[in-house]
Amino acid sequence: MTVTEDAADLAPAKEVGKARRRKEDARLINGRTTWTDNMVLPGMLHIAVVRSPVAHAKITSVDVSAAQQAPNVVAVFTGRDLAEEQGSIPCAWPVTPDMVNPGHPSIAVDEVNHVGEAVAIVVGRSKAAAQDAVELVDVDYDVLTPVLDLEEAVANGADLVHDHLESNTSYHFVFDAGEAGTGADTEQAFADADVVVSRRLLQQRLIPAFMEPRSVVVQPQGDNFTMWSATQVPHILRVMLAMVTGVPEHKLRIIAPDVGGGFGGKLQVNPEEILALLVARRLGKPVKWTETRSESLMSAHHGRGQVQFVDIASDREGNVKGLRVRLLADMGAYLRLITPGVPLLGALMFPGIYKLPAYRFECDGVFTNKVPTDAYRGAGRPEATFAIERIMDELAVELGMDPLELRRKNWIGADEFPFTTVAGLEYDSGNYETATRDALQLLGYDELRAEQQRRRESGDPVQLGIGFSTFTEMCGLAPSRVLGSLAYGAGGWEAASIRMLPTGKVEVVTGSTPHGQGHETAWSQLVADQLGVPFEDIEVLHGDTAVASKGMDTYGSRSLVVGGTAVVKAAEKVVAKARTIAAHLLEASEDDLEFASGTFSVRGTPGAEIGIQEIALAVFAAHDYPDDVEPSIDAEATFDPVNFSFPHGTHICAMEVDTETGFVKIRKYASVDDVGTIVNPLIVEGQIHGGLAQGIAQALYEEAIYDDDGNLTTGTFVDYLVPSAADLPHFDTGNTVNAAPGNPIGAKGVGEAGCIASTPAVVNAALDAVRHLGVTDIRMPLTPERVWRAIHHGGDGGDRAPARTNVQAVDSTDAPSTGGAR
Amino acid sequence: MTPITVRVDGASYTDDVEPRTLLVHYLREQLGKVGTVVGCDTSNCGACTVHLDGEAVKSCTVLAVQADGSEVTTIEGIAGADQLHPMQRAFHEMHGLQCGYCTPGMIMASIDLLKDNPDPSDEEVREGIEGNLCRCTGYQNIVRAVRSAAAEMRGGTAEGASNGHVSPAVVDTAAAPHVVVEAR
Repeated sequence: MTVTEDAADLAPAKEVGKARRRKEDARLINGRTTWTDNMVLPGMLHIAVVRSPVAHAKITSVDVSAAQQAPNVVAVFTGRDLAEEQGSIPCAWPVTPDMVNPGHPSIAVDEVNHVGEAVAIVVGRSKAAAQDAVELVDVDYDVLTPVLDLEEAVANGADLVHDHLESNTSYHFVFDAGEAGTGADTEQAFADADVVVSRRLLQQRLIPAFMEPRSVVVQPQGDNFTMWSATQVPHILRVMLAMVTGVPEHKLRIIAPDVGGGFGGKLQVNPEEILALLVARRLGKPVKWTETRSESLMSAHHGRGQVQFVDIASDREGNVKGLRVRLLADMGAYLRLITPGVPLLGALMFPGIYKLPAYRFECDGVFTNKVPTDAYRGAGRPEATFAIERIMDELAVELGMDPLELRRKNWIGADEFPFTTVAGLEYDSGNYETATRDALQLLGYDELRAEQQRRRESGDPVQLGIGFSTFTEMCGLAPSRVLGSLAYGAGGWEAASIRMLPTGKVEVVTGSTPHGQGHETAWSQLVADQLGVPFEDIEVLHGDTAVASKGMDTYGSRSLVVGGTAVVKAAEKVVAKARTIAAHLLEASEDDLEFASGTFSVRGTPGAEIGIQEIALAVFAAHDYPDDVEPSIDAEATFDPVNFSFPHGTHICAMEVDTETGFVKIRKYASVDDVGTIVNPLIVEGQIHGGLAQGIAQALYEEAIYDDDGNLTTGTFVDYLVPSAADLPHFDTGNTVNAAPGNPIGAKGVGEAGCIASTPAVVNAALDAVRHLGVTDIRMPLTPERVWRAIHHGGDGGDRAPARTNVQAVDSTDAPSTGGAR
Repeated sequence: MTPITVRVDGASYTDDVEPRTLLVHYLREQLGKVGTVVGCDTSNCGACTVHLDGEAVKSCTVLAVQADGSEVTTIEGIAGADQLHPMQRAFHEMHGLQCGYCTPGMIMASIDLLKDNPDPSDEEVREGIEGNLCRCTGYQNIVRAVRSAAAEMRGGTAEGASNGHVSPAVVDTAAAPHVVVEAR
């Protein structure tokens, strides 16, 4: 046996790449969790919120006298009571210098602008007492016309959401590649093109619908306040609360205990968080607010909500010459944390994976009398991916080309990376060809195409279609300087520190705050490899500003790429500090030390070695260490990426469409994603699955629907269709690996990929099934009613009817039940 | 107030409750059994699922007074101290959870499903747990977990639970030594 083989045998396998079962599960599978609503404090009071039942009105009076007299009610507050101290919910992203922000009270004072807006709060000794008294608060409203439709809202003479503003437009943002010097003149490209295809596409409003309702507990202690909140962003929340309420930042401690999902929906400074803090300060007592599901659906922020006007220009051979995008983006009634910025996260991604010579993007942020929109899984990029992948299919139809052939003709070649796009982004790495090849194989493409042909020829009432989405996304938010250039109010770095405990155990403190992702497991794998200590000896601490004082938290597929890199950088510093101590203890030169598997050894001196865990004890005792160093090998690091990372992949959906009932069913779904180096394949697979479920749900099931009066008619889980296990298919998933060059892990981010990619693949598949019947578009979600209408009456299937119009339709030929005009 | 006596996770409790109190609120607020959670207010999500006299129920659809004289088992009582039920172990092994909020209800519903059908197909699992919503996993690994637990509880192996599933997760099925509370 050679020495080399010996060493290889002894070296423990790398942790990175292992399908480690999650550490987090140990408390989640047996109910030993610390959800915020579990928290009980002595003397704790409960908050219930009186919410507006109307979408747009002036408040003429609020009578709280009956509520104040109700049993076990401690206090009732109106907007007027808190007007002086509530400030405005912060908007951290003034996307243009002249962006109009009307201000966002946590509790309405003079007017309400969406159904569900807080108008009073009742504080009771029990949740039931507070809730009962909500019914006793008497609010008089002078009702105004609600502004609900984006296109009507920007028309001349439109009613105004905010009557002190000049229009319903918050901002107008333009990116023009010609003007930016990153592309050719767009108007010229369109003038010169052989073919121009234009479409109006709709991105319906969605609701993040995290499973754990939002909850907040505030404990006042002297002039200090501790807040537990079901939040994705305890660090951002702390800074913002300090700025809004005037409670000094160092007097605020925020704890995000176990948090039950977020998907962007808990990336917010919530009105109720501010109100809970104000009430706790007023009363000097601990308070809790936990929302009901109905409150959550109607008052937590929504996502998406865009009308997209998309034009694509091409020559006859399918060489795309230019892309023009104009968006109306629904802000809702107010601007929350990053409301106006969400469309901009997609602004640079509409070109997708294609080499476009010319590109122009325009977006109007538009106010409506609906709950504000903000981040929801993908935030801007699903909208962009949907537009480009839908319009590529429409162009393929126009040219009579195979949709995949058109994509292949225009996508960036594997040998062209790094590639600077027409939007000025530098795509880091990838290979669209191999991902597509693998996905076709996973799907069993040729067989399904043959079956599609057979069904066409036999006139089968159930038709089959195949839809593609060859996507990329921009994630790993974010290079701080880039955020600065986009006028975002903060940086995109992440912090980590590593504490080497005397017994050799390791505490890793991360500023990335997980809510289901598995940071504790993945970070342990990273550190185990870096320090050569056992996976089990590592504990990952997070989500408490007193423990993890610096952080930017978890969203935008940033945790591993930015936060994980900070952890690796901190570990490198620990090793460097330990090397100095080791050299001293081993009486050797640092240059003669080798570090492997957690042990420093002196080159050429067998037996002269010391483990990093022993060094931790040695510096704890601190009896023997060099004069010029501190007795500690702890370290911290802050990592600011220089570029985004760009995961990509090919998603293919095979869809059955019943032309007689309009019912659609996913026959098979295959995806191959390149998310760079995979730290834990189990977690990566789980993230892809979950993303697929949400992206498919946008295509098939989910829509936040408001009626003509501005009432949310999908205000419970009876009406808002979060899919169940029976509603979703089996996913065939795979990966290719092109490591990201921008971070030492090589990871690209995975949290949003499935959600960004899948929606257009599903819609393209449905259209492919019925295109020969003359269908050119079907509006999402593809309900049987809409699909049936599109097949039998043309158009895009139309509005999903609220109850009233359903009733009206019973006697008309529009009703599916009458058979229509077949 | 109405007096009730209920056995929960093997211990007996006698309490006065408001007649309108839901079982889930009694469990959480009066008994501190916070392993069982509330996810909605329309009995759609199943997060609050417990066993009432051996049958899975959504504890938001049961009044506490209706549980008088009954035996309730929650996620906290399905395995002995420092032990795991095979279903809990399978959810862990197959990565059938992410944020974990739906997990207690999902596990309780799945155990009940296997009581009626000890060897369900993928489709039968999907239909059997359709009253329980999960927002994180896309359900695929939950289906794998339930089928894996079914195999173990029948005395077999988890073979076949992945039914041709192409996934990086099957590359490494090494044991998870950090879980110290394994039932044997």
